[in-house]
Amino acid sequence: MRPTTALLRKELTLEWRTREAVPAMALFSVTTFVVFHFGLQRDSVEGSLAAGVLWVTLLLAAMLGANRLFVSDAEGGALEGILMAPIDRTSLYLAKTIAFAGFLAIVELVAVPAFYLLLLGPAAGDAVLPLLGVLLLADIGIALTGTLVSGIATQTRSRDLLVSLIALPLLLPVIIAAARATAPLFAAAGAGSLPGKWMAVLGLYDVIIGLIAIAVFDFLLED
Amino acid sequence: MQPPPSTDAPAIELDGLERRYGERVALTGVSLSLPRGATLAVLGPNGAGKSTLLRVLATLLRPHAGTVRVLGHALPKDAWELRGRIGYLGHEPLLYRDLSARENLLLHARLHRVAETRVGELLERVGLAARADDPLTTYSRGMVQRCAIARTVLHDPEVVLLDEPRANLDPAAAEVLEPLLAGRTRVMTSHDPRDADTADAVLGLRAGRPHDLEGLYAT
Repeated sequence: MRPTTALLRKELTLEWRTREAVPAMALFSVTTFVVFHFGLQRDSVEGSLAAGVLWVTLLLAAMLGANRLFVSDAEGGALEGILMAPIDRTSLYLAKTIAFAGFLAIVELVAVPAFYLLLLGPAAGDAVLPLLGVLLLADIGIALTGTLVSGIATQTRSRDLLVSLIALPLLLPVIIAAARATAPLFAAAGAGSLPGKWMAVLGLYDVIIGLIAIAVFDFLLED
Repeated sequence: MQPPPSTDAPAIELDGLERRYGERVALTGVSLSLPRGATLAVLGPNGAGKSTLLRVLATLLRPHAGTVRVLGHALPKDAWELRGRIGYLGHEPLLYRDLSARENLLLHARLHRVAETRVGELLERVGLAARADDPLTTYSRGMVQRCAIARTVLHDPEVVLLDEPRANLDPAAAEVLEPLLAGRTRVMTSHDPRDADTADAVLGLRAGRPHDLEGLYAT
């Protein structure tokens, strides 16, 4: 079995057994939508406001997950056991990124229907398929960045604070592009077409941050 | 292209090793040569730099000055070549608490490309076969120690680094450990001067510096 596959299997087993990250992220998302529902005092939102509410909520939920990514590795020195293995440490990064992207997708299975139910009008149903494309590209970007930043912060005492402080600014391009790409889908007059330019920005971000992360992750885990 | 290290090279060669944590010097001026198959006892009081020395040899910490060679490979440059040939039993078990002993050892077997049958064999030898599928969170401290021993020797390392095994292992676990270490080069840290009697070489450390055994623990 390849190291990435073995490490991915470990990540999924740990989350299945502890159920620490995914339920917390899902609960946070749904609760936030409920808060927006009552806080905005509107039955439905549309356009850029709807896109902003969706992406800010998903991003903050993702920060909860990013904070948990290396917690089990830090306990009992387990990460050091992995670091002493004769493997390319990029395997660890890839395994955690794939697992994190998977966790985000599971959270969205709960969060997006809740968002539709609590905050979107009935016309928004047409937007589901194009929205999946935006979610896919944005999730990859969030997972690539979140794993990288969590890896940086794992050896510091103020890990929880540091992950958000570093990751949120780095993820601004993702939020801008995802919100701009999503806004036409939630238009009051019915779902518009998906803006190709913002999808390209999301794709480009994923490629660039992925290459940077692969180049530096090994170095970051060095003493 | 650099030639591969000679198999006749000593297991461990240190020359003027220095390691700092920020401004604080944890190790300085440490030099020694240990032949393959020999046992080195590193003695000293708390804070002497014993664990730091082991972590440098385990490739977990980079030396800041001096030369470090393990099995002929220079650290930190050749750390990658060396990983997989060292076993490290530290204060922490280096295991995932929410995984079972079998899952932990299978993970390490896959990362070290060791046959998975070795996992079952080792679980038997350390006496964990009956509880192999329970998560480590349900284990006693001694059982976690035995699982850590199995992890340490799983990949048949040529050099084993033992951080205060007497302090960290209960007598039953220590008994399990001994036959699994036979024939390997050992570096063992200890507070106990009596450990010098069973070692082939002894290094006294005090405040990060080599020190004679006499007066090593004087206040």
